[in-house]
Formats: sequence, C-alpha cells, structure tokens
Amino acid sequence: MKKVLLSGNEAIARGTYEAGALVACAYPGTPSTEILENITQYKEIDASWAPNEKVALEVGIGACFGGARALVTMKHVGVNVAADPLFTLAYTGVRGGLVLVTADDPELHSSQNEQDNRNFAKFAKVPMLEPADSQEALEYTKLAFEISEKFDTPVMLRSTTRISHSKSAVVLGKRPSEIPQPKLERNPAKLVMLPGNARKRHLIVEQRTLDLEEWGCSQPFNTIEKGDGKIGVITSGVSYQYVKETLPDADVLKLGMVYPLPKQLIRDFAAKYDTLYVIEELDPFIEEQVRAMGIEVIGKDKLSICGELTPGRIKFQLFGEEAPAEDTSEELPPRPPNMCPGCPHRGVFYELKKAKAFVTGDIGCYTLGFMPPLSAMDTCICMGASVGMATGMTKVLSEEEQRKVVAVIGDSTFLHTGVNGLMDMVYNKSKATLIILDNRITAMTGRQENPTSGYQLNEMEAPRVDMEQLCRAVGVKHVTILDPYDLEMTGKVIRAEMARPEVSVIITTKPCMLVPRDNQNPRPPLFVDHDKCTGCRACLQIGCPAITFDVENKKAIVDKIICTGCKVCQQTCGFDAFQECGE
Amino acid sequence: MSDVKNILLAGVGGQGILLASEVLSEVVLMAGLDVKKNEIHGMSQRGGSVVSHVRYGKKVFSSIIPEGDVDILFSFELLEACRYLPLMRKNGRVIANNWQISPPSVARGVQAYPEKLPEKICEMYPESLIVDGLELALAAGNPKTVNTVLLGALSNKLEFKKEMWLEALEKMIPARLLDVNLNAFESGCQVC
Repeated sequence: MKKVLLSGNEAIARGTYEAGALVACAYPGTPSTEILENITQYKEIDASWAPNEKVALEVGIGACFGGARALVTMKHVGVNVAADPLFTLAYTGVRGGLVLVTADDPELHSSQNEQDNRNFAKFAKVPMLEPADSQEALEYTKLAFEISEKFDTPVMLRSTTRISHSKSAVVLGKRPSEIPQPKLERNPAKLVMLPGNARKRHLIVEQRTLDLEEWGCSQPFNTIEKGDGKIGVITSGVSYQYVKETLPDADVLKLGMVYPLPKQLIRDFAAKYDTLYVIEELDPFIEEQVRAMGIEVIGKDKLSICGELTPGRIKFQLFGEEAPAEDTSEELPPRPPNMCPGCPHRGVFYELKKAKAFVTGDIGCYTLGFMPPLSAMDTCICMGASVGMATGMTKVLSEEEQRKVVAVIGDSTFLHTGVNGLMDMVYNKSKATLIILDNRITAMTGRQENPTSGYQLNEMEAPRVDMEQLCRAVGVKHVTILDPYDLEMTGKVIRAEMARPEVSVIITTKPCMLVPRDNQNPRPPLFVDHDKCTGCRACLQIGCPAITFDVENKKAIVDKIICTGCKVCQQTCGFDAFQECGE
Repeated sequence: MSDVKNILLAGVGGQGILLASEVLSEVVLMAGLDVKKNEIHGMSQRGGSVVSHVRYGKKVFSSIIPEGDVDILFSFELLEACRYLPLMRKNGRVIANNWQISPPSVARGVQAYPEKLPEKICEMYPESLIVDGLELALAAGNPKTVNTVLLGALSNKLEFKKEMWLEALEKMIPARLLDVNLNAFESGCQVC
C-alpha cells in the first residue's frame, strides 16, 4: 500500500472526497483554512468561501436538506458565529450527511482566545469525533458522514493546530463511483422548527444522544490499548500521541468520539486501576463527565487548563520532571510577525497614531497595527466588533473624547459581520468614524478570495461588492475614498472625519502587496542617500521591515530586495534622503 | 523511543523552511520509515519566527519533538538557532546558516543583535556546522536556493542515500528551477 504524507487538513479534504460529498463551504480561519483550499483539487465537490461561518453552515445545511453530503469548516471562534443554525440543525437532523469541522487552537498560535469547542458538542447535543493523526483525520471524516446519516444528526469533527498542521503518512481510499442525484423532498415536521415541531424533535435529540452513547461502547474508534496494566489513561486526539510518548507502558483508553462518551466502556476500564489519569488539552471536558459518573481521576488538578500539551509539559505537570523550553530571555530579541514591506495599512496606522485616535480594532493583518512602533490599536475582540464598540464608546464619552474614536476593519471582516454594525451606526446616529481597509483579499489567513476580490475559491471571476455603494446604501452620507500611500492626505482626511459629529466612513482602496494579479507594475525600490540622512530615526516610526538603522554610522538603510517602493518612508523624511533606485 | 531521530528546523518567514522540511520528510517516507512533521503557520507568514519539527523512525507518536530531545537543530538564521538551543540533546548538533536577519527591535536600533553566535554555538555543540548559505547559493546561480544549499549540508549528516534526496527535489521543485537547485544541493553536500 502506497503511503503519502498529508497534513490533517489535507486528510480531511481527502476524506470528504472519499465520502462522496458534493458541497464544501467555509470562511477561512487558522488553522482550518487549508481544508477548503485542498478540496478545490477534487472537481466533483462544489467548494466555496462564504462571507462568514454562519452563511457557510447554512449553505451546508441547504445542500444536506437537498439530499447531498456537505462539509463545513471553520476555526474554533467561527463556531460561535455559526452557533445559531448549528443548535437548531441538531433538532432537525439531516438528509444527506453534514459534517462541521472545528479547528481549535490550543496555545493561541493564531487566535484571540483558547476556547475548547468540545463544549459545543455537548451544548448543541451533537456527536463529535476527534482524530489523533492524519490517517484518522481521513477515516474519521468518512465515519462522521456515516454517523450523520445513520443517527440523523450533524456531526462535529474536532481538529487542533497540531493535527491540522502536522503531516503524517496516510493510505488513500477511493470515492464511490456513483452518487445519486439529490432531489427535493418535503418534510415540514422535521425541517420546519416551529415550537410544535421542535418540541417533538427535542425528545428525539435526547434519545439520539443515549443511542450514540451506547453504540460508541462497541465501536473500534473507542479502543483500549494494553500496556503493563499498572496505570490507566483516558485520552483522545493529539493528547493520545503525547501519552504514548511519555507513558509508553500505560493502559490507554483512546476515545475517537469525545461526545457522547461511551460510559459503560469507561466504567469497565476505570474499574481495573487504582491510578487513573484523564489526559486532555484545555478544559476538563472528559474529566468532568467521568467524575460525574463517580470515578476518581487525576487530571486538571495537575495538568494546566491553559495552553497546549507537549511531552515535556505532561512530564513536568504530572511528575514534576523539569523540561527545557525555548529561550525567551529578554536579551534575545523577539521576532514577532509584522506588516509586510509596502503594506497599504501602514500609513493609516501611522497617521491614526499622530492624530491620537482611540482605535477600536478588528481581526486581520491590520491587528498588527498594535505592534510597536505603530502602537495604534486600542481594542480587539472578535470579527466585526470594531464597529459596534466604537458606537458604544461614543455613547458614554464627552464630546471631546467622542471625536477620538475610530473603528478600523478590513474588507473581509467588514463583510463578515462588520456591516451589521455600520447599519447600527447609521440607524442609531453614532458619532464614531469607521475606516475600511479594503485590500480586496482575506490576507491574514494566507490570501483567500472574498466578495470584494472579484474571484471565487475556484479562481473563477465573480462580481465585486462595491464598498462605497454599500456604505451609501445603508445610509452613510460621508464616504471618502483614500489612497493610504499618500500620508498627507491620509492624515488630513482622518482628522477631518474624526472631527465630524456624525457617521462617516473612510475607505482605503490599495490592494494587498502579496497578490500578484493586483501588483503587476512593480515600483523601483528606494535607497537612503547617506549624505542627506541625519540619523533622526523619523522613518523608523513606520515599522517597515525593509528599513534598518545602522547604529554605528547613525544612518537608515533600505533593504532593496524586500522594498516595494511604496514611498511611505520618503514622506516621513524631513531631509529628502529616500531616493528611487535607478534614477 | 530512542530509535526516533528529531530534527528541528528554524528560521524566519519567507526563508523556505517549510519546503525544506517537506523535502526532508519526503526522503524519510521514501526510505520506508515512519515520519511526522509539524509546523506553525498563520502569523509566522508575516516575517515572524518559523519552526518546523520533523521526527522519524520505526514508529513516531508525538509530532512535537519532546523538549530536550532535538538531535539536529537545522536553522536558516543565527538568532533563530539561538532561540531553540535549550531544546537540544547534550550531544546534539547544530547546522546553521551563517546569516543574520534583524528582528524589528534590532532594525529600530532599540535592541542589539547578539554577538558571536557562530562561536557560541560551536562552543556549546562542538559537532556543529556553520554554512555560508548565501555565498554558496549565489555561486550556484540563484540567491533564493539557500534552503537547498542547507539541505545539501544536512544530507551529509543523515543516513539517507543521495539519490533519494535528488528524487525528492525533482518531485517537489518546479522544473524551471530544478537545475539551479540541484547545483545548490551539490554545493551544500561539499560543506564539511
């Protein structure tokens, strides 16, 4: 059998293909993004980016109610957005199988919180599978579709960063040769969730969970691996791998389905050991349910709820064995992410800082406007929050302080959930200013298309949302289109709109520097004329990675290889020291 | 787990670390061993630290290298090598590109880039190898082949046949860039 190396995300994409799914829909979000990107190689599947996770799930539900198998993927916080349809989909159940992938991010490698979405499975009353490597990611995806149809329920598949972004060897299978054409079928008692229908469905949901619990006791994905019989460990997902690494001799109950738990299997297993561990990342999700069964375990009394597990952390937290960690001492300069050279967002944050704006921020590359030296972001909560928060702030501040409040949001995030906040701004006469940084791409997650890009996930051309017309249509009277590379104009417009005691929107229109189709005319890089440079360091205040300061000679230097010639630095220089190469 | 070999790749976003770890993992798979590779994407795309773990042997469980078990720290940049030194085994080996990329605080003149890192690394791990990656890549014909030069240097220290490395490179590098990359790999193999 030939093996190929696949990441967890690639394996989920492959599993969806092998399961015969016809539709896949998502909003990008680390670490889930590559699932949909990889599904595009399977032309049999209609794969698309939705404007947000709620829409993605609703598209999936439609396909499933139409009779097809559908996959919907998102990062952990995306499930918060999609929770509304999810909780009622749990009542209706499915026609074709529906699988919702939640890609959690323990350790917050790329997220704003560390929520454990296993809780969603219990809360929404839907089964959840959790693979421990790429082979399982493929197998469990197929299994999830089967369970979905067998038990008439949506099924959640939980990945974490270390599953989604790890590669391991996988044996591939085949897609079924014939997939029947889906057809309409009316079934209002099941699909129309009015109180009378939903009350009846709720009874079915509760019975379904009991059935799944019993069924799970005899399924191979909940399996016992024998060791020397001295200690028992209950674990699942990536934690299983760390258990095998650190406790190679333990007896292990590995749970492939983390909700509902196979209670009888757990009781029988637990009865054999004086010392029983539950080893899981984040919340004591399994542990609390096991304890509620009257079984004593060692778990979060020793293991941390915060951060991911590693072999070293398990050894330290359970047994006190010191494990080394990477060098985070202060003498070693950190290397945080930074806005790219030539990023159109840079000048906006530079001018916001100069204007002493209080910036309610949002989720995207521009969140890096928080980093020094720009240091021009004051809040960041979740997708779309910048807009409503700015309105709320202006409700309580003095007139003078109201003027300082500016919301900043990107195009993708604005269309995700920011536009609702703008309607509220207009409707309820907010005094705040909104800046939409429209770079025509969902940049932070690796440049995915969105309704402002002009392209779809499959690279087909698509209509573009006209941001200005959209703002005017919801009632904004003052909309200014701005070139963010023109610092003087950027500063002037920002100050003027901040001073205006009513809703105003500024839209910047320069594309992301990393999208080749939008950057076909490269500009010459700049260099610093050292006869003119006085070493005043003014240019360093924009935090461009292409500019370094030569401490010995007290001069700024431009790295020609990465400079994009955006000339923002030139406009900060009072001595005309930045010149175009080749002139 | 003593039969598992652990290689930690480190560097800065954009240096080609992820492609290098792909090639390495592919070679291991060709050799019929179990392999796991793990990396952090996301924010690291924006010029931040990038780290990738590659583990191989008869059977690999954790894709994260247990702390303190790194056999080879394979770094594309000196400061990034330094960051992960505490994760090394006592008798481990560093293979590092002799290259400095200033992080933001250094670029702004707020912090100094640590001095004499090659000397420090070689003192702590005498078997280490400091490679003039850019010089060799330029000689090979393309400054962007530094990662392939470094892979050549790494290949000398691993047990896999050269033909397998060449096959993996042929499989994973676009045809128009293959020749210059094969040159670069060869010049990396000459480093000792």
